[in-house]
Amino acid sequence: MDVSVNKSLASNSFRPATLKRKRRLNEGLIETILFMVGFLTIFVTVGIVIVLGDQALLFFNDPEVTLVEFLTSTKWVPAIGEFGIWALVSATLTTSAIAILVAVPLGVSAATYLSEYASLRARSVLKPILEVLAGIPTVVYGYFALLFVTPILRSVFDNRIGVYNMLSAGLVMGIMILPLISSMSEDALSAVPNSLREAAYAMGATKLEASLQVVVPSALSGIGAAVIVGISRAVGETMIVAVASGATSDFTFNPLKAAETMTAHIARISGGDLSYNSVDYNSLFAIALMLFLVTLVLNLISQWVISKFREQYE
Amino acid sequence: MQPEIPQYAIETRDLSIYYGPFEAVKNVDLKIEKQKITAIIGPSGCGKSTLLRAFNRMNDFVPTSRVDGEILMHGTNLYSKDIDPVEVRRKIGMVFQKPNPFPKSIYDNIAWGARINGFKGNMDELVEQSLRNAALWEEVKDKLKKSAYELSGGQQQRLCIARTIAIQPDIILMDEPASALDPISTLRIEELMQELKKNYTIIIVTHNMQQAARVSDYTAMMMLYEDTRSGTVIEFDDTKKIFTRPSDKRTEDYVTGRFG
Repeated sequence: MDVSVNKSLASNSFRPATLKRKRRLNEGLIETILFMVGFLTIFVTVGIVIVLGDQALLFFNDPEVTLVEFLTSTKWVPAIGEFGIWALVSATLTTSAIAILVAVPLGVSAATYLSEYASLRARSVLKPILEVLAGIPTVVYGYFALLFVTPILRSVFDNRIGVYNMLSAGLVMGIMILPLISSMSEDALSAVPNSLREAAYAMGATKLEASLQVVVPSALSGIGAAVIVGISRAVGETMIVAVASGATSDFTFNPLKAAETMTAHIARISGGDLSYNSVDYNSLFAIALMLFLVTLVLNLISQWVISKFREQYE
Repeated sequence: MQPEIPQYAIETRDLSIYYGPFEAVKNVDLKIEKQKITAIIGPSGCGKSTLLRAFNRMNDFVPTSRVDGEILMHGTNLYSKDIDPVEVRRKIGMVFQKPNPFPKSIYDNIAWGARINGFKGNMDELVEQSLRNAALWEEVKDKLKKSAYELSGGQQQRLCIARTIAIQPDIILMDEPASALDPISTLRIEELMQELKKNYTIIIVTHNMQQAARVSDYTAMMMLYEDTRSGTVIEFDDTKKIFTRPSDKRTEDYVTGRFG
């Protein structure tokens, strides 16, 4: 066996090594570019908050409104100067809750199936279908809710449910975020090391026991992240609720009723002929700021729940 | 025909293991004695782990794997149609190369296996007994609710042994259980094996020849067929004999470090 290296050839191919510090221009350049890209996202976020806050301030400075009324009242009737955000928040929370209740169990189940059970062939068929779901425009989902799901619901609930209702919008919104949750959860499940599955099987676990009691708990932080993204998506979703859940800004948590979410309200009002700098116009920014806050709070709550849940494992 | 009196923990008859068309292990006949430690040694890639994983049907998870011949546990063929692989794995436990505790508490690492196998007795007692038998109790008794990941590698491996013995298998398979551990942890595992063999039959795959010589009662030497690249057992005997006067020249070369 000949393992000797032709030393002269090898050393000739390199530049001569000096120990002096070199200037590596491209390293510095890359670092600067990466920093700027990273900073851009922070900059945009801060910019949004400033714009929203600035305009919202105009709204709260208006003699017609008070901050206390805005945060406590449940009546939103701009025409007579009633600006109680809870009328809109209630609809946002209700539709989002329905969506999450649909998307999380289905999404995590689908992910568990794809990651733990599905054969290569089943996967190669199912995954693209789920991805198609993610590619459907939300306005199509909106009309799907209004023209397909609502009639079915009306045949079930008779006249207790309106043409516009939060249940239909929430259900369809759940279907919309299902692929998001399932694909993120599947990534988390696939990242669980095989050695844990083997450990479970080697102790006489069935596939179900190994999947549900070892693999899924191990992937909990990733699944939690999926749920958080799903919640943000549901809270921010506009088109489905604008089309299917109605335009009555009533304070209600009854999913059979019509109610307008924060996003749908913004979309509807800003689409109309609203005079610049009127109270109505400025109220949009206050709603947007509130939407921002609701998303933030829900994210923080979910993160806290997940960390509580994880504590028994770490 | 007389019913066979099963005198061996595991007996293989003309066992061949395939991955697709490739015959990874060829014609293995082994008789593994009860309550002894049997080591399987041999160069890398000669099918030691494949053979070991055939005993508790872990190879079932490789979709293309297939077995010819028989593996008898106490006289029952583990590959006959009416055998449930899940039950086989309950009776034949396994400890892996890298410690792989569950991301659960130390307590739950042990309790989980017992629970899924229908344990109805006093769980606290079982956990303590298993940890004592794995020589880990004194080190962890005050932090049973802590994550298993807080333990050192050697402690984690003993925890894996503890959870394996908690479900009271008959046989424990060990796939290079100490290769990821430092010498002191390795020594503790080896001492533990000597304790465990009073109650269990142990089969260990190891790359470490000194370890095989130290811990095992019997040794199976595996080697590849040059032409087909299939692994087989070329010699199976008392460990003493394998390491002092092996009958096969290749075994002698291997255990004296002349190749492999």
